[in-house]
Amino acid sequence: MAEEAQTEAPPPLPEPTAAELFAAAVATLPGVTGTRWQHGELTVDAQRDSIVALSAALRDDKRFAFAQLMDLCGVDWPERAERFEVVYNLLSVSLNQRIRVVVTADEVTPVPSVHGIWPVATWWEREAWDLFGIIFSGQPDLRRILTDYGFEGHPLRKDFPLTGYVELRYDEDRKAVVYEPVKLTQDFRSFDFLSPWEALTTLPGDEKVFTDRAKG
Amino acid sequence: MSEVIAPIGAPATRQVEIDSHSINFGPQHPAAHGVLRLILELDGEIVERADPHIGLLHRGTEKLIEFKTYMQAVPYFDRLDYVSPMCEEHAFALAVEKLLGITVPDRGQWIRVLFSEITRVLNHLLNLTTYALDVGAITPALWGFEEREKLMEFHEAASGARLHANYFRPGGVAKDLPAGLTDRIAAWAETFPKFIDDLEGLLTHNRIWKQRTVDIGVFSAEQALAWGFSGPPLRASGVPWDLRRSQPYDKYAEVDFQIPVGRNGDCYDRYLMRIYEARESVKIIKQALAKMKPGPVKVQDRKFSPPTRGEMKRSMEALIHHFKLYTEGYHVPEGATYTAVESPKGEFGVYLVADGTNKPYRCKIRSTGFAFLQAVDVMAKRHMLADVCAIIGSLDVVFGEIDR
Repeated sequence: MAEEAQTEAPPPLPEPTAAELFAAAVATLPGVTGTRWQHGELTVDAQRDSIVALSAALRDDKRFAFAQLMDLCGVDWPERAERFEVVYNLLSVSLNQRIRVVVTADEVTPVPSVHGIWPVATWWEREAWDLFGIIFSGQPDLRRILTDYGFEGHPLRKDFPLTGYVELRYDEDRKAVVYEPVKLTQDFRSFDFLSPWEALTTLPGDEKVFTDRAKG
Repeated sequence: MSEVIAPIGAPATRQVEIDSHSINFGPQHPAAHGVLRLILELDGEIVERADPHIGLLHRGTEKLIEFKTYMQAVPYFDRLDYVSPMCEEHAFALAVEKLLGITVPDRGQWIRVLFSEITRVLNHLLNLTTYALDVGAITPALWGFEEREKLMEFHEAASGARLHANYFRPGGVAKDLPAGLTDRIAAWAETFPKFIDDLEGLLTHNRIWKQRTVDIGVFSAEQALAWGFSGPPLRASGVPWDLRRSQPYDKYAEVDFQIPVGRNGDCYDRYLMRIYEARESVKIIKQALAKMKPGPVKVQDRKFSPPTRGEMKRSMEALIHHFKLYTEGYHVPEGATYTAVESPKGEFGVYLVADGTNKPYRCKIRSTGFAFLQAVDVMAKRHMLADVCAIIGSLDVVFGEIDR
C-alpha cells in the first residue's frame, strides 16, 4: 500500500495541438456532424439544411475567417442512399488554413445555395447542376453552364456513359448541324484490373501474404 | 431609358421603355481569348450587363480522367491551360503523391520548380503581350512571341514537346534534363531581364496604355476575396497571398523571392503584377540552377515509376514492372485530397477522390479563370464597351481550363 501511495500521478495528457483545437472549434458549429483529418486536410461533414448558417459562421467568425470559397463540386456515389456529395473547399488567407465541408443530397432534395455568402458559388452551383443534376435552392441563376445549348442529361453521373447519347456533325445537304444517336465503330473497351492475377494490389482474402510468422 | 407616364385617370401603372441593345462579343472575336461568348447588354456604349456563355470548348476532361489510369490522366492537364501546361500537371502530380504517400527526390523537386517558373514566364509573356494587343499595341506581341520561342525550346529539350509536355509525373519528372540544358537556361536568364526592360519601355509609361488600363475594372480586396480570386488579380487588389510562400510545395520553401502586391486593383496593377512576377521568376530559376545537384529525378520505387530502358534489357523484373505500370498502372489507396498550386494565373487546384483502384474516382479541376470570368459582369458594369477587352485581357483567361 505504501509503495502504491508513493507512485506518481499518471502523466497529464499531452497538450492538444493547434490542429486538434481547430477541429474541436469547428465541431461546435451549427450542423457539423463530424470532423476528420486526412492527409493533413480537415474535412467536416455537415447537415444539408444548415449549410448556409455554417458557411456564414465559417466566414464571419474571427477564429476561422474563411473569406474564400475556392471550389465547390459534386461527387456521385450511386450506391449510397443519398447519392451526391457536395464538397466545399474553403480557404482563409488571413489564417492560412483550408477546410473542406461535405454535405449529401439526392436527385430531388435541394441543397441551400451559398451564393449569398460567397458570390463566386453561383457558377460552381450551375456547374454541379449541369454535370450532376444537384439542385440548389435559392439560386436565382440555375442554368446549364458547360454543356451544349439544349443538352439533356447530367454527364458526370456514374450512370452516364462516357460516349454520351448523341453526336453532332455538319450536314452538307441540309446546310445545318444535325444531332444523331451516337454510333461507335468499335465497342467501348473497359479492362478489369481487379482480377486475381494482378499483382500490384492486395485483394480481399489475400492479407495473409503479409503476415511474417517466422519473426514471431 | 425613357419613361412614358400614364395619362391621368388611368390605373397606376407605368410603362418603361428600355432603350438597350444586346451584342454578341465572340465566340470568334480576337479579343475573346479563345471561345468566349459574351452577351453584352448595352446602354449606348456603356455596358449594363455582361453574361459570359462558356462551354464551347468543353471536352469532358473530368469524365475522361475517371476512365484513365493515373499516368494516362497527366496529358489531359496539359490541354487544360495550354499556355502553362507544366503547372497544371504539377497540381495533379502533387495530389497523387499525397494520396500515395511518396516523396519526390531532391533533384526531381528542383527540376519541377525550375520548369514551373519557366512556365510562369511563358504564360506571363503570352498574357502581357496579347493583352497589349487587345488594347491596340502590336509590337509587344511580336517581341514576346520570339522570346517565348526560346522558352518553348527548353520545354522541348526536357520533355520532347513544345506545349503538351507530359513531363511532371506523379513521383517526379519523366526524365532527367539533357546535357547542356542548364547552361542554356542560365544563359537565357542573364539576357531576359533586358527583355523585360524593353517590354516595359513599350508599355509601362506609355500614355495610351495607361489611358486604357489605369482605373479600369477596379476590384477591391473584399470583392476579390468574395469572388474567389487568386494569383496576380488577387495580389493586384492588395492581398499579399501566394501559395508558393504561404503553403510551399516542392522546393519553394528554399528559394528567396519577393511577392509583388498592388494597391489599386485595376487593369494596370494586374499588368504590373505580371511584369514583376516575371522578374522574380528569373531569380527563382537562377537559384534552382545553383542548388540543383545530380541525383535521381523520380521515386526509385518501381511500383510507381518505370525502370530505365537499359535496366529493362537486363532484368526480367524491370520488364514486368514496366509492363504492369503502362497497362494497369498503380493503385492509389482510398482517400480524398484538395491540392493546389500557384499556377501563373492563380490557384489551380485538383480535388482528387481515389477509391483504391487504378483510376481516379473523381477528379475535379478547380480552374483559375472560371472564377475570374464570372466576375467580369461585376467588373465591367458601367464601363465602356472597349474596356471589356482590357478587363478580359487583364484577367488572363484561357478557355482550355475554364471549359475543361
